[in-house]
Amino acid sequence: MMHRKIILRIVSKQLIPFILLFALYVQWHGDFGPGGGFQAGVIFAAGFILYGILFGLGTLRRVLPSWFTRLCLASGVLIYSGVGVAAMLMGGQYLDYDVLSDDPVHGQELGILLVEAGVGLTVFAAMVTIFCAFAGRDRVTPRKN
Amino acid sequence: MSVDVISSDLLNVALLVFMGITAVAVARLRNLFAVVMLSGIYSLLGATLYVVLDAVDVAFTEAAVGAGISTVLMLGTLALTTSREKATPTARARTAMALSVAIGAVLIYATLDMPLFGDPSAPINHHVVPRYLDESLEETGVPNVVTAVLASYRGYDTLGETFVIFTAACGVLVLIGRPRRRKTDGTGASKA
Repeated sequence: MMHRKIILRIVSKQLIPFILLFALYVQWHGDFGPGGGFQAGVIFAAGFILYGILFGLGTLRRVLPSWFTRLCLASGVLIYSGVGVAAMLMGGQYLDYDVLSDDPVHGQELGILLVEAGVGLTVFAAMVTIFCAFAGRDRVTPRKN
Repeated sequence: MSVDVISSDLLNVALLVFMGITAVAVARLRNLFAVVMLSGIYSLLGATLYVVLDAVDVAFTEAAVGAGISTVLMLGTLALTTSREKATPTARARTAMALSVAIGAVLIYATLDMPLFGDPSAPINHHVVPRYLDESLEETGVPNVVTAVLASYRGYDTLGETFVIFTAACGVLVLIGRPRRRKTDGTGASKA
């Protein structure tokens, strides 16, 4: 059905790189302006979901295999909690970023950056996973054989 | 009153009226496709309201999640189920209506005790907020106070939130993650 919507397909194809770029901007610029890992993850996922809606789930899964999204899903929370453990190993309390660097302010900046990256990764993977799970199902109503 | 205040009041009233109209339309329509679209519009109006309130981070999230992702997920659900709402019997609708009005009245009654919006003596402006506003830049080196609070001062809460999202995705994967086999055996009605 979507194969005929040529304008939609071409315009979206042009837009997707900018959506992804904007998501990265929101991710890494969240310290200075509005945004952060959560919003960036959602926007990044939205780019891929748009791709999936237009070109089908199979094509999306070739770009983002399910092992990859699952890896992202788990590594995001691992990065976040790992930062906390790293702070403990370096002599601080859990999630106390002051000890991550010689200068407490640098430690805070580093900790916030890593933690936001973890949030972004998990949110991105969660959104793509949930979308693919929904889109990959057949209609529940009983079919006549 | 300056022109600025009046125009921002007008904007607030206009946005709230639009949100009210959208909510009534969502309740009255039977076509679920239109309902999903309208709830996306509702989220977008909410996001605009947050921008007017200078809560850009919240507005950002509302626009991305409420208007964007949840609309897509709801459409996905409609594709799996049906896009027509079944009519409920009038008696049940009346009970539901009475219950909603009662709860709404209680909530409005509760807001009467709240401090006025922007009141400088409100508790929210006294407890830890002044410290965040004054010292977060020196302590964390991050100019955006929202990010500093979210990721550093309230790092535990955000860790919990991230785990909630992780758990939600895991739950969806466990429930409907595996593509169903096309062939259904005779007994497989409840095998979802």
